[in-house]
Amino acid sequence: MAPVVQLQDIHKTYDSGEVQVRAVRGISLDLEKGEFMAIMGASGSGKSTLMNTLGCLDRPTKGTYLLDGVDVGKLDRNQLADLRNEKLGFVFQGFNLLARTTALENVELPMLYGKHRGSNVEIRKRAMHCLDIVGLANRHDHFPSQLSGGQQQRVAIARALVNQPQVLLADEPTGNLDSKTSIEVMGVFQKLNNGGITIVMVTHELDIAHYCKRNLIVRDGKVVNDMQIENRSIAELELKKILEAEAAAKLTGTD
Amino acid sequence: MRIGSTVTVSFRALRRNTMRSILTALGIIIGVAAVIAVFSIGNGAKSQVEAQIASLGQNVLLIFSGSFSQGGARSGAFGAGTLTPDDAEAIARELPNITGVSPEVRSGAQVLANGLNWSTQVLGEGADYLSIRLWPLSSGAMFTDQDTKSVGKVAVVGATIVKQLFPDDDPIGQTLRIRNQPFRIIGVLQAKGLSVQGSDQDDIVVIPYTSAMKRVTRQTMLRSINVQAATPDTIDDVQADITALLRQRHRTTEQTDDFTVRNQAEIAAAANATSQTLTLLLAIVACVSLVVGGIGIMNIMLVSVTERTREIGIRMAVGAHGSDVLLQFLIEAVILSSMGGIIGILIGIGASNQITKFMGWPVLVSASSVIGAFAFSAVVGVFFGYYPARKAAQLDPIDALRYE
Repeated sequence: MAPVVQLQDIHKTYDSGEVQVRAVRGISLDLEKGEFMAIMGASGSGKSTLMNTLGCLDRPTKGTYLLDGVDVGKLDRNQLADLRNEKLGFVFQGFNLLARTTALENVELPMLYGKHRGSNVEIRKRAMHCLDIVGLANRHDHFPSQLSGGQQQRVAIARALVNQPQVLLADEPTGNLDSKTSIEVMGVFQKLNNGGITIVMVTHELDIAHYCKRNLIVRDGKVVNDMQIENRSIAELELKKILEAEAAAKLTGTD
Repeated sequence: MRIGSTVTVSFRALRRNTMRSILTALGIIIGVAAVIAVFSIGNGAKSQVEAQIASLGQNVLLIFSGSFSQGGARSGAFGAGTLTPDDAEAIARELPNITGVSPEVRSGAQVLANGLNWSTQVLGEGADYLSIRLWPLSSGAMFTDQDTKSVGKVAVVGATIVKQLFPDDDPIGQTLRIRNQPFRIIGVLQAKGLSVQGSDQDDIVVIPYTSAMKRVTRQTMLRSINVQAATPDTIDDVQADITALLRQRHRTTEQTDDFTVRNQAEIAAAANATSQTLTLLLAIVACVSLVVGGIGIMNIMLVSVTERTREIGIRMAVGAHGSDVLLQFLIEAVILSSMGGIIGILIGIGASNQITKFMGWPVLVSASSVIGAFAFSAVVGVFFGYYPARKAAQLDPIDALRYE
């Protein structure tokens, strides 16, 4: 089976007046279906640019990018938007939910822009199903301001899932979360990945990257390391450990 | 279709900012309400003027003494007494297509009757006067040509006179003293209300013009002559005939005319022109306020685009086309302005009714002004919503997502 994502010698140069910034300088990458990859790198390493390219928010200046067999470089603005809508799901660091809009309506959002829009009932049903997957079905009528950071990020994941994307892209999804909630979110990702969804995420936390199957290290616009993670962290077990530790702390505290 | 979704999205966005939406629409609400109220008042005034013009009579021509362009010595109508009873007789005798001629003199006078007194307008008229003006009597009878020939001391009084001098009695047969001359009341006119100029048309005493000239005004000249043409088609001919006849009799030319002939249509046009000018002026002011309301919408939409840059980024990231975002903001603007339009129409109609109730002005809410105001407010929404909407649609999703 052909890879879901194929990057061939991707370059991206920003032309800001006199100075040319070469953010990505030749990255080639294949991503098979069902992979779970973390892109890591310092600030300015080009990982955000790579992510924007993968997310079809930006076109490469050079090289070809095939997403599910479609050549992204040849598409215009609207075609890119359709591609994002159909084949990609986005999770952002800042959650980026619409304020004063219920969790359910936030999840419905991508379906409103879909080419094949179902009935309102259908849309509602699918949105509820996705909220159920991330365990927030009972909070569907809450506004983002009434939800914790971890819950907001889970709503964002539900929104990313709702159009059944080929690839789920997460840009520092745990950046704004505490360590325990981060592990919870990684648990959701692992569960989804076990269900067959391809996930690419950017992170600068090594321990978070350790929950992924594959780590890609980027420096100066180039891939410097691409490795499979052996005996990666399992969120479920880590969470159990933390809970036990907390319980123990309480035990020692009360005794 | 995507339009259905976009309308949903727009409504959701407006609902999220209910207060701001209401305040934004306020400009349009006030503008539309003002337009509706102004046009209603204007239309009411127009219909009132038309009713008053009709109350002048049917196919009526008025001949005034004096002229608007009397050679070197310019003076307006009624300026100089140049019309004589002989002129009136000549018109009646010599010209075709005339069904009534009534010479007229006027004088203000204190009249006494029943131990009461009242300052009123005494009209000296011919026997045809009431039929020319389509003015029926509520009781009694009009004086006849016999009375005008014999300088009879008879009078027909208006409703106001009855109210003031004979509050309890039947005035028919009673004596009314005008400048100390006794006149017998033989008829009472039906109430007619206010005139074009706003004076009380019922505050009059009508006596034969001969009696008025001899006993009241003591003048030999007429103030004016009322002439009734046989049919509406003949008015212009009659007007030309009268002009020719009077020029011959007075030995004048167009430059030296000492009389003015006006027909009803001209009087109506003059009266309408005044109210139309006023309505137009007020309408312009109201339209300016609509435009200002539109600029208010544009202002808020621009702020809204900036404030919601991140939202726009999210929408684009999950698949919104530029055109979806454009449509969303455009629909938001149109919803705001047309909602404002609907509320404004309701307020405008309400205000019009209150004006009638408290100020006694006649108002007439016309369908065309309602439709016009609504259409205008929708156009304002599209026009002033387009620029902010385009600005939103052209945002780059990456920049928009990064916007703080």
